Amino acid sequence: MIIHHPILGPRDAQEFVYLGDANLIDRPDGMTAGVEVFHEYLYQRTNPAGEHQELWYHEQGDRSWLVITRNTVTHEITKVELARDVARSRGRSK
Amino acid sequence: MASLMAMTALGRREPTTVTHGPLTITERTDVALASVAARKGRMADLAQAAQAAGTPLPGPATHQRGTPYSAFWTAPEMWFVEAPFATHELIAEMLKAALGDAASITEQTDAWVAFDLAAPDLSPVLERLCNVDFRHVPDGHATRTMMEHLGVYLIKHGPKEARLYGPRSSAESLLHALETAAHSAL
Repeated sequence: MIIHHPILGPRDAQEFVYLGDANLIDRPDGMTAGVEVFHEYLYQRTNPAGEHQELWYHEQGDRSWLVITRNTVTHEITKVELARDVARSRGRSK
Repeated sequence: MASLMAMTALGRREPTTVTHGPLTITERTDVALASVAARKGRMADLAQAAQAAGTPLPGPATHQRGTPYSAFWTAPEMWFVEAPFATHELIAEMLKAALGDAASITEQTDAWVAFDLAAPDLSPVLERLCNVDFRHVPDGHATRTMMEHLGVYLIKHGPKEARLYGPRSSAESLLHALETAAHSAL
């Protein structure tokens, strides 16, 4: 499998480490959002057969975090973005 | 004050050179190294200061030569800067003075072992060690990759010439891996 890194171009998937669902980016404020919301964030994952956004880490390369949109049925990768850009587009400051 | 002896990454007084057939591996102890990372939102300031100071900040996966500073890209908005050790032993302080507070600068000289590789064709050796397509990447290509489970920076200066930075504490292992690959390939 080849992952088209947004900066470095096509790279072998073995250079990357898989973390999981990209909703880990949207961590609620633990002090104000309440226990239920934080419980959801921490433990609940959807497991779609189809398009899925997930976090990958370029461990053997530039060590950037990526958000990869992948079809879990066909393994087709339709989109690769830097996690930093995704987080900022969702209103995060860092 | 105690008089301390400087030792190389391989634990010797003088840098080591190993020859295996057409391949020569030369340990380099005359390179000072520092990392430069732009602080959040300060990339434009850093670019301006670097240009004024004559420090190249090349694009992704590339190495750019300069005098006295050469540099290669390591991550978004982060570079490793090289300079001659004899004149730039305090490279981190010198860069901090030149680049101001737009960047976070860390001394790296003694964290790494530097090997220069030279052979008529390095591809057969490097294709056994890492998954960089050394034959096809352009000259000046610089990337982080894995060799024998060690994270290294590989810089292609030409088809016959490359520089390798590996973790200093694993210098002997990395040299062994290079020699083993050379033994198989050449």
